[in-house]
Amino acid sequence: MTWTLFHKLGSPKWFYEISSRWLPGLACAAVLLLVTGTVWGLVFAPEDYQQGNSFRIIYIHVPAAFLAQSGYIFLAVAGLISLVWKMKLADVALQAAAPVGAWMTVLALVTGSIWGKPTWGTWWVWDARLTSMLILLFLYFGVIALGQAITNRDSAAKACSVLALVGVVNIPIIKYSVEWWNTLHQPATFTLTRKPAMPAEMWLPLLIMVVGFYCFFAVVVLMRMRLAVLQRESRTAWVKAEIERTMPKRTLR
Amino acid sequence: MTGFVRSLVLREARLLFRRPAELVNPLIFFALVVALFPLAVGPQAELLRELSPGLIWVAALLAVLLSLDGLFRSDYEDGSLEQWMLSPRPLAVLVLAKVLTHWVISGLALVLLSPVLALMLGLPSQCLGTLILSLLLGTPTLSLLGAIGAALTVGLRRGGLLLALLILPLYIPVLILGSGALQASLQGMSSSGQLLWLGSLAVLTLTLSPFAISAGLRISVGE
Amino acid sequence: MYNAAGKRPFTVFLITAVSSSTLCNGGRAVTFPLLEARALTCERDQRVLFEHLDLRVEAGEMVQVAGPNGSGKTSLLRLLAGLMSPTAGEVQWRGRAVTAQRHSMARELVWIGHRAGLKELLSPEENLAWWSALHHPAARRSIGEALDAVGLRGFEDVPCYMLSAGQQRRVALARLYLAPSSLWLLDEPFTALDRDAVEQLEAHLAIHCERGGLVVFTTHHRLEKQPSRYRQLDLAAWAA
Repeated sequence: MTWTLFHKLGSPKWFYEISSRWLPGLACAAVLLLVTGTVWGLVFAPEDYQQGNSFRIIYIHVPAAFLAQSGYIFLAVAGLISLVWKMKLADVALQAAAPVGAWMTVLALVTGSIWGKPTWGTWWVWDARLTSMLILLFLYFGVIALGQAITNRDSAAKACSVLALVGVVNIPIIKYSVEWWNTLHQPATFTLTRKPAMPAEMWLPLLIMVVGFYCFFAVVVLMRMRLAVLQRESRTAWVKAEIERTMPKRTLR
Repeated sequence: MTGFVRSLVLREARLLFRRPAELVNPLIFFALVVALFPLAVGPQAELLRELSPGLIWVAALLAVLLSLDGLFRSDYEDGSLEQWMLSPRPLAVLVLAKVLTHWVISGLALVLLSPVLALMLGLPSQCLGTLILSLLLGTPTLSLLGAIGAALTVGLRRGGLLLALLILPLYIPVLILGSGALQASLQGMSSSGQLLWLGSLAVLTLTLSPFAISAGLRISVGE
Repeated sequence: MYNAAGKRPFTVFLITAVSSSTLCNGGRAVTFPLLEARALTCERDQRVLFEHLDLRVEAGEMVQVAGPNGSGKTSLLRLLAGLMSPTAGEVQWRGRAVTAQRHSMARELVWIGHRAGLKELLSPEENLAWWSALHHPAARRSIGEALDAVGLRGFEDVPCYMLSAGQQRRVALARLYLAPSSLWLLDEPFTALDRDAVEQLEAHLAIHCERGGLVVFTTHHRLEKQPSRYRQLDLAAWAA
């Protein structure tokens, strides 16, 4: 039962149809959550007693950092599925998600450095978490660069899968070695398992932002995947019919 | 099985020694990079001694990376890798033996050269033991991780820079631990913790990387 | 463990192959294919080279893959060897997918690609010694005999980069005299060979087929000597 679903998921046509049903809902959820979270976080949440208003950047910084890390794990999971079950859709997902994850990492780095200016007095501090984030960005660059360097599409996807898996095994080692290298850092702001030290009016909008960012990530990745599926399957009858339906005036050669 | 590994080691050693430039170039590169730093930051002995753990480790890391770029390239270009793929021998064993042979020859030369460069940077002689030990434990990890990148980029015409981009982030733990060990011994503290960590990383990569390397080679040859 | 097992499969194969071809009594209906490609589709860089290709090769058969440049001859050979995975379809050896039995198929296969896998820095003897260590352990004497057979006596110790292109090709082909394997997949084996060597290779391939072996190869060269069960596969017929 689950296996038939699994193989159905591998079919590009089925994916294209089901994702067109998911997308509007997901997009609405993303917009709703992001707007609510931003307004609540930036306007209504109380000031931090130490950092004043400058702390409000965590409503961007923390979700972006979450997505940066989850994004790489997503790459590795897609890579594993692609290598073990040879599912083409996982290849598509991996290559669609890599640039989005990289942008999230850039966002986390930029907001982190902006946050650093009022907090530490400089734009950049070799703080353990910022440094790990920088290394994560390089890991993303590696996957993207490898994917673009290999011309054969299937080989590129497989090579990226191997690299993402090697990277994900290394991430904890890198993280702990960097933390050991620089033990001067703030404790993690927000964990899912422990009750946070922040008051509820502060962390609730943060939670909303995190969920909103996940929805946004899903929407962007799904849209990129749909485009890639259309390009890959451009010779098949259903794609020709789909293009005929959405763009009746143009004829596809 | 052992006879076949012996003939592989013999083949690799022959190939390396018949083209000694490929063996020597990374060593010259290592010495050259170390020599650049005093020219860049100035010849103050105090400053150089303090920087030396990091300098030596960064230079060694780059030299290992440079030596790995061609690890599989000639085997790919002349079709030897196809023969490897189609042999009844397990590919993971083949690549492990090849990378380790390469390390024993080129990595050991690097380790032996390092004390000379360390003394030139003013590292006290009681730190040399830690230096050699940390390089001995760290460079196998560097070689094995680098071989993954070399396997993935072997089919690309200009893979060298890409190899660095893929692999250098993965080298960071070894760099931190290796130069940390040296730093500790420079400050008169025990460095056994870092050395043990380097050893466990070496065991971990020794176990896992042959599979990643052979997967990478299969992808590159199957292109 | 490989030394013991490495020699066995060929003798076993010869018996099964010969018995299967005697069983069929010249009639084609009863035989079973050892190498089979089913509905093979090969796509390279968004271009379909061939589609739904079916190929059955039985014991004792020789198949010459023909077709214009860029029609996918080398790709087909690489697919049959299991070096590449097909866009669609499957390749089977003895009724099982080649990707599922790399090791057992490798024992029965000699692959000589366009790039033959010779090390220029090594001598012919060292090259063959390594190759046989990799595939089928062979004595030093049989390596000498194989080099003798391809006319390279006296060149055993010369590094390969000092040999001509034709001589290098002969070193690669010496594997066919060395390994007791049943399936030979050869990509352009006649390239750079002189007339005598071509004649000799043709005869050697024919003998291999008469003894129950399988040969699949690509060439633009017209064979003078064909074994009884020879056929051509024209890839143009399967082009998309």
